[in-house]
Amino acid sequence: MLTTKISGLELKNPLMLAAGIMGTTGGSLKRMARCGAGAVITKSIGIEPKPGHPNPTMVKLRCGYLNAMGLPNPSYKLFQPEIDEAKHAGVPVIASIFGVDASEFSVIAGAINADAFELNVSCPHAEGYGAEIGTDPALVEGITKAVKNATDAPVWVKLTPNVADITETGLAAQKGGADAVVAINTLRGMAIDIESGHPILGNRFGGLSGHGIKPVAVKCVHDLYSALDIPVIGCGGISGWEDVVEFIMAGARAVQIGSAVGDNINIFSDISSCLEAFLSLKLWTLDDIYGMVHEI
Amino acid sequence: MRPVDAVITKFVDETPSTRTIFFDTFFEQVPGQFVMVWVRGVDEIPMALSYENAITVHKAGEATSALFELDECDSIGIRGPFGNGFGISGKNILLISGGVGAAPLAPLAERAASSGISVTTMLGAIKKDELLFGKRFETAGKVLIATDDGSEGRKGYVTDLLDDNDVDADRFDSIYCCGPEPMMKKVLDSSIIPEKVQFSLHRYFKCGIGVCGACCIDGLRVCKDGPVFRGDVLKDTEFGKFKRDGCGCKVKV
Ligand SMILES: Cc1cc2nc3c(=O)[nH]c(=O)nc-3n(C[C@H](O)[C@H](O)[C@H](O)COP(=O)(O)O)c2cc1C
Repeated sequence: MLTTKISGLELKNPLMLAAGIMGTTGGSLKRMARCGAGAVITKSIGIEPKPGHPNPTMVKLRCGYLNAMGLPNPSYKLFQPEIDEAKHAGVPVIASIFGVDASEFSVIAGAINADAFELNVSCPHAEGYGAEIGTDPALVEGITKAVKNATDAPVWVKLTPNVADITETGLAAQKGGADAVVAINTLRGMAIDIESGHPILGNRFGGLSGHGIKPVAVKCVHDLYSALDIPVIGCGGISGWEDVVEFIMAGARAVQIGSAVGDNINIFSDISSCLEAFLSLKLWTLDDIYGMVHEI
Repeated sequence: MRPVDAVITKFVDETPSTRTIFFDTFFEQVPGQFVMVWVRGVDEIPMALSYENAITVHKAGEATSALFELDECDSIGIRGPFGNGFGISGKNILLISGGVGAAPLAPLAERAASSGISVTTMLGAIKKDELLFGKRFETAGKVLIATDDGSEGRKGYVTDLLDDNDVDADRFDSIYCCGPEPMMKKVLDSSIIPEKVQFSLHRYFKCGIGVCGACCIDGLRVCKDGPVFRGDVLKDTEFGKFKRDGCGCKVKV
């Protein structure tokens, strides 16, 4: 009842593990798949090994979480075995990748074997990467096009909400040949320790995730659904099945869950069963509620 | 949670390489849990609470060295306690401690002894003056000592004491182990029933709250599912063989 097809991938449910959460090792990706995720996205992988920013890298706030991991990753040269191990769990494994320019992105996509690629052009706290390129529609289009040329696998583009109009970068991704867009990555944010005046994060500022960003993400999905022809994958602040219903009604074909995994490792199976019960009760299918708000 | 401001009230040099830092804030904990200790502007690292208002630091990297340079009245930021601590069960328990592994085990010994449990500790260190919290363990029960150089107790590793006739691991209801990973791996690989042993693990933590996955051992989050794990959970995992560095690359333990 929850099976979903997106850019050619068959998912047993529309719930995926978001990039950067439990995504650095094959073992952790496998665990999340076994905990019920319909697909898993890896940590964003780059050209060279990167240790990321100094701690504190993540702090829980009243409205959600603030993080500045700084894209720590072992590089694409060392990462294929982790993907291969994750594949043993039997769900699609999507490689999230990042680079400074189109050529770095294509080198990685050309070398890695995964069920799909998610282009991280939206990390708000890594200098030279992520949102620094993801706010420029021309760069987004160029990178997407280059990666499409480098691989036969589906290509998703993960968008940043730190722009005036997310449909501009969404349309650029579509023009570049993207098979889907993912919205959203974290919102730029900062927290200060009032005892000392120090910024709490080692990187001074970072990205906000968790339930505080959900209305922002729902609006982005809503706008992208209206503007684009390719499917939209929703992400941001999901912690319960009601949130998933809301995203799908806004126009998400599938969703991704990140921060909420920390407090509930079984969130995928929990949400799956509740979602199924809700749809049965309402006599609805996923297709019935897909983009529902746009018909009203 | 945001870091709690903890003002340093006292230092106690426990051994030539370890120092206990007492602060003005008390944290209710299950022994074995950890706190994230933030030296502002430097780094934030996981540490066991050796008392409800103290951590015991072994000089190792940048952050621990910075902790040695602090003065009384300086403050550090503390988040936690996080994770799962030791489950205390049985009438007769054995603690196996190596080096600074005594930090979470000493409060466990005290809590167990105060509820009438018989506590035996196998205490190991590289040499006599590096033995940590010997008095606390003695007050809680019986202590057997091993030092690498033989300057006190049996010469050799603390796990060698298991081969002695006076420590029969089988007669204990529960066993608690903390120390260098190769030492803990020896205990895991010994003839002791793994279900009986609780290990307190150490890994490089980033988020500390079970989200990022940087500290995973075969999918187990050391920061959230641990840091205390039963032996049977650790069997046939990366434990004792590999860990991940800051980039997530596999490195030998
Ligand atoms: C600790 C952490 C690490 C993240 N790392 C990445 C990453 O490597 N690549 C990426 O595209 N997004 C990354 N994100 C963003 C998430 O994938 C997601 O877009 C965001 O957290 C919003 O979803 P949530 O509210 O469910 O967490 C990270 C988020 C967190 C909290």
